[in-house]
Amino acid sequence: MEANMSLSLNSFTQLENFGHSLRAPSYLFRPARAEEIYEVFCLAEKTGLTVTARGAGRSYNDAALNGGGIVLDLSAMNQILEWDPASGLVRCEPGATLEQLWQRVEPDGWWPPVVSGTMKTTLGGCLGANIHGKNNFKRGTIGEHVLEFSALLPNGESVTCTPEKNADLFYAMISGLGMLGIFTSVTMQMKRIESGLLEVHAWPAHDLHEHLSLLLDNAPGYDYIVGWMDTMNGGKSLGRGQIHAANYVHANEDPNPQKTMQLSNQVLPPRIFGVFPKSILYLFMKPFANNLGWWAVNIAKYAASLRRHTFRQPHAAFHFLLDYVPNWELSYGRGGLIQYQSFLPRETAEQAWREMLSMSLKRGLPSYLGVTKRHRPDKFLLSHAVDGFSLALDFKVTDGRRAKLSQMLQEFDRIVLQAGGRFYFAKNSETSAESTRAFLGEETISKFKQLKKRCDPNHVLESDLFRRIFE
Amino acid sequence: MSNYPKPVTATPLHPRRRGIVIGASDGIGAALARRLAREGYTLALLARRKDKLESVCDEINRAAGEGLAHAYIHDVAEYEKVPELLRRIVADLGGLDLVVFVAGVNYPPGGIEKYNFENDRTMIEVNLIGAMAWLTPVAEMFQSARAGQIVGVGSVAGDRGRVGNPGYNTSKAGLATYLEALRNRLTRRGVNVLTVKPGFVETAMIKAAQGPTPFMIPTEKAVDDIWKAMRKRRQMIYTPGIWRWIMLAIQHTPSFIFRRLSF
Repeated sequence: MEANMSLSLNSFTQLENFGHSLRAPSYLFRPARAEEIYEVFCLAEKTGLTVTARGAGRSYNDAALNGGGIVLDLSAMNQILEWDPASGLVRCEPGATLEQLWQRVEPDGWWPPVVSGTMKTTLGGCLGANIHGKNNFKRGTIGEHVLEFSALLPNGESVTCTPEKNADLFYAMISGLGMLGIFTSVTMQMKRIESGLLEVHAWPAHDLHEHLSLLLDNAPGYDYIVGWMDTMNGGKSLGRGQIHAANYVHANEDPNPQKTMQLSNQVLPPRIFGVFPKSILYLFMKPFANNLGWWAVNIAKYAASLRRHTFRQPHAAFHFLLDYVPNWELSYGRGGLIQYQSFLPRETAEQAWREMLSMSLKRGLPSYLGVTKRHRPDKFLLSHAVDGFSLALDFKVTDGRRAKLSQMLQEFDRIVLQAGGRFYFAKNSETSAESTRAFLGEETISKFKQLKKRCDPNHVLESDLFRRIFE
Repeated sequence: MSNYPKPVTATPLHPRRRGIVIGASDGIGAALARRLAREGYTLALLARRKDKLESVCDEINRAAGEGLAHAYIHDVAEYEKVPELLRRIVADLGGLDLVVFVAGVNYPPGGIEKYNFENDRTMIEVNLIGAMAWLTPVAEMFQSARAGQIVGVGSVAGDRGRVGNPGYNTSKAGLATYLEALRNRLTRRGVNVLTVKPGFVETAMIKAAQGPTPFMIPTEKAVDDIWKAMRKRRQMIYTPGIWRWIMLAIQHTPSFIFRRLSF
């Protein structure tokens, strides 16, 4: 096909990562049909530029950035093509968001089997990063619920992959960071729910050991489990926090499941205390986005979490914590934030995190927010998961902190790698090619590169992330 | 693709500003390039003369770190090559935050009764149209990205048409007006346009000056002034600053006096 589109300087757009800590300008294309994606591939080859797929731009790092190159914004290809409320099978375009998806399937008594902490992400992005939710230990990553996908490869081929057909591509494109081809449609199996509510149990963890033990021991008995960790207080109480574990409410436990499954029951409240609009809340968080402010917030949160209690919560409210305060990430100020998430085997996690958290407190570079989860390994090629736990840490970036943070995260990488841990390409922004080689292994990388050669012989698909981790 | 240098990857903790310096083989351009590299910029350096440009480039890479400066041999009068080269450079750098246009030639006619159209034309083609050829697509990019900084190096010589070098005066006056117009278009889009008007600076070009060269400053001083103005996102500076007052007086000198003067 002859490329009949051109690179217009008007399409040059400054794009950011979700944490607003990176900026990269690119020529932005917003295709509405798969044919246009192919035209962009042709244009890229003609002009010697590279192409990166971008969904909602919710990655904390450079996964959807391609400075000086072409970015394919797939948000216009967002149709839910087929939905069968009888079988729970749904077929979507890659730009459809989890928000669209759950709002479509929930009133019929279904829920996406795996969701991220925000509902703004697109399915294409979720598959590219092979996201997990608070039920990773039980239901695996999102890729495990994909029955089939179609993709367009830069070599011009259209492929359909299932766990049986083109299995190598199936397991590599999911988790493949959009570097092998562009998803054009995805078929997934939804999870049946009997009520719009989850029954949530909350209880405190007094230190790191108890925190991880609670996750480990309770996970088998629940559908979801997640921990909040107070990362601002050390000493004996290092790693203290709160565990939330939730179960699906069954039909016989919900007096009116028809009502709880209505969308009106699932919407996050737009105002805090009924009066305060959430849309400007982040402005009021700004003065607290420093060591002292977050120290106080963490203490207050821990104090509030000491009470064990049980409550019922709509699915959306339980899962999409990141959407509670719109633009919360802007409260971190000009330098933005970065996230450092490490996945550690259950045997080594406690020791490694003790070392890392103590280091961050000692150096005056504490993480403001810590989130823990329980995980299990999966079969996807660039997998991040382990049989163990993950800890996600948020760090504020300022000019004065960059050098110190960079040095500390390098030491974190060393600790994590020594403990047999892994990293997640949707989150970490500083993982080097060296660290990537160390945890993925040469064999996995060469397998990925062989597939890349086959699907994308002219190296059309490249992102800033790809160049960072595979150079 | 594979035969081009890979862009330097930027991360939140290792941010990279990326700049193009057009006219970087010597003088203010080379000195500014060295300074920008020290301040953390990844640079594309452009000039006609391969040997000189590559030696500046190598020097920067030795001092500030490998892969920080890339050399591109280019004659700014080859206007039609600009769009493709700009696109290539932006991809190589992985983005673009700054464009400095310093390229310029100065061919004095050699006396107040001498004229040389060929030289005048070359000065206009390099100093003015060369700048427009580059800054037009750059302005369009920055306008669209709603970010960026443009620095154009003019001259005090552009503030008044004088007897010594009409062609050079015209090229620099045109450049100043063009930059002003860009500024008026782009400021509202978050883009800073800085016009630099140096007086006498110790560079190779100073040899073109006839007669006395008052308030001469070393290149380093000029670069220091430019860097400070860039950081403050100023609109226009004279370097050294004294020229602001001198040119204020000269600009307001009535014509019946000015046309009788011999400078």
